[in-house]
Amino acid sequence: MSLASDHAVEATSTSAESAEIAGRSLTQIAWRRLRRDKVAMTSLLVVLVIVSIAALAPVITRLVGVDPSSFNDKAVSDAGGLPLGRLGGVSLAHPLGVEPGTGRDLFARLLYGSRISLLIALSATLITVTLGVSVGIVAGYSRGWLDSALGRLMDVILAFPLILILLALSNVLTQRLETTFHLGELVARVLYLILVLSLFGWPYLARIVRGQVLSLREREFVESAVSMGAGTPRILFREILPNLWAPILVYATLLLPTYIAAEAALSYLGVGLVPPTPSWGAMLADSVRYFAVDPAFLFIPGTYLFVVVLAFNLLGDAVRDALDPRAGRA
Amino acid sequence: MGAYIIRRLIAMAGMLVTLSVIVFLLFSVLPADPARLVCGKSCTPSIIKAINHKFGYDQPLAVQYKEFVQGIFVGRTYGEGKAAFDCHVPCLGYSFLRNEDVTTLIKDTLPITAQLALGGFVLWILVGVSIGIVAALKRGKWQDRTIMGAALVGYSFPSFFIALLLIFFVQIKFAVLGFHSYTSFFDSPAEWFKALVLPWIAVAMLYAAFYSRLTRNQMLETLGEDYIRTARAKGLRERTVIGKHGLRAGLTPIVTAAGLDLAGLLGGALIIEQVFALPGLGRLSVDSVTTSDLPVITGTVMVAAFFIILANLVVDLLYAVIDPRVRLA
Repeated sequence: MSLASDHAVEATSTSAESAEIAGRSLTQIAWRRLRRDKVAMTSLLVVLVIVSIAALAPVITRLVGVDPSSFNDKAVSDAGGLPLGRLGGVSLAHPLGVEPGTGRDLFARLLYGSRISLLIALSATLITVTLGVSVGIVAGYSRGWLDSALGRLMDVILAFPLILILLALSNVLTQRLETTFHLGELVARVLYLILVLSLFGWPYLARIVRGQVLSLREREFVESAVSMGAGTPRILFREILPNLWAPILVYATLLLPTYIAAEAALSYLGVGLVPPTPSWGAMLADSVRYFAVDPAFLFIPGTYLFVVVLAFNLLGDAVRDALDPRAGRA
Repeated sequence: MGAYIIRRLIAMAGMLVTLSVIVFLLFSVLPADPARLVCGKSCTPSIIKAINHKFGYDQPLAVQYKEFVQGIFVGRTYGEGKAAFDCHVPCLGYSFLRNEDVTTLIKDTLPITAQLALGGFVLWILVGVSIGIVAALKRGKWQDRTIMGAALVGYSFPSFFIALLLIFFVQIKFAVLGFHSYTSFFDSPAEWFKALVLPWIAVAMLYAAFYSRLTRNQMLETLGEDYIRTARAKGLRERTVIGKHGLRAGLTPIVTAAGLDLAGLLGGALIIEQVFALPGLGRLSVDSVTTSDLPVITGTVMVAAFFIILANLVVDLLYAVIDPRVRLA
């Protein structure tokens, strides 16, 4: 199923009047299918909204007149620091209420939290995909000792208890990054999360890619490229890679929400992002203390996190359905 | 088959050695000043030196590694003279902070994690696989769409959010179940159940969603195979076709996933244990990280990795038992 270059002929004989035969690339077919899928379009829309909200967080918060870091002791009670008013202090001034204790605006913190979370997830996904695809292609095409060496390496990485390692190394490696590259603490923490998530995440994709390459390398178009004297890099990246983008795209869309959840989980355990940086996981960890008296502080960040992950998962699923050559073509 | 198992066991040993070396190297960058941790405020350089010597931290990394491995297979002795004490086989190290050897700490916490993991495992396999089969058999109908929709929603819940929601609704809002701390089954079966039931449900909800999707896809793929048509053509009852011919082959990838997931959980259900305050292996790991208790971290990482590697082997063997098409070579 070569996608980018080949053209598939598909008869659009769904209805009588459009019974003409037209050549369409598989990309066009996939896009058409995606566009007809209502769930896909809705989730795509939600994803776009989430991403633009994250990108525009500073602008939006300024328009609303809130910011994520200023303390606000007028919004919380003197005794116990509980938000004043209903639903965790929802008011015109604070659309989603305030954080118990500090009175910081929850809306602003959620937006800024999504900004960092998406930044981490997106960068980690890009690095994972780059690493996984390069190693997978090389391993699958080379066979022999290089393939088995890379296979061993993947086995070892996959045997590591990821979260445990992340936990154990977080403080030290963050400090190392800070001192070695003269970074701020926040930058170092973000960088650490991105690096470790991708370093432990690529073998899964590499295995998938390797499997595909093993069968692709026996195909005629590779043979003909070899016979025309194409070098190995050209064969790998110009001939084989374009045939792989469907599984890669599907994997990447499903990886992104995994990384969003992973970042939240780590911050929940107290090793990802730390206060005062706004983070969904850290907010939820804080909410435990106010559970019984201020449930809104649990539900608002939790629900937003859930919606973000769900939207990406739905989109990933729809992309897979649209690209799957075995799915029935409408 | 025998030769295959032996080959795999050797490979497994190799993996464990590689992993332990990497863990040792990785953790050597940690500011492991265990001596400073134990000796408190009135500390002098000479005390630190003495403690470091007692636990072998003044040795080069290679020697420390050798002693670590020795400890596992033949045991080791810490300190000299009267103050010396033995750490018995398999000795995974000694925690200065807790004044306890790591093996004992793991022995105390692992059973709790195992109970959590196994209970959750049984629940999620039962629920996930059965609704996955239902969805596959009703492909495209409303049952299928409802189940798959619900599964995707369940799959999108971050683990700790599910756990927190369970606590909020069951224990606070509707107060169906009070707060129960972990009690041994032999002390009080009722208390034991009450402490574990929510964690089990949390674990099961997380995994069941994923397994129902996996089961459905596998079943659909298997039911499209030629031998299923053959079985139907032979006039077998639909039950036999689905149960014996379809399920058996469709289950192999599920066995793989289940084995690896169970092993991962046995290595410490970090988040679930943290949220429900279960004193299991995951809790031990998290606590040790916050207190920089290096020997314990090394020990728990090794144990967790051991489970994953072992599960890989077991899963491959089970594969051959379930699916006669698989030949071990």
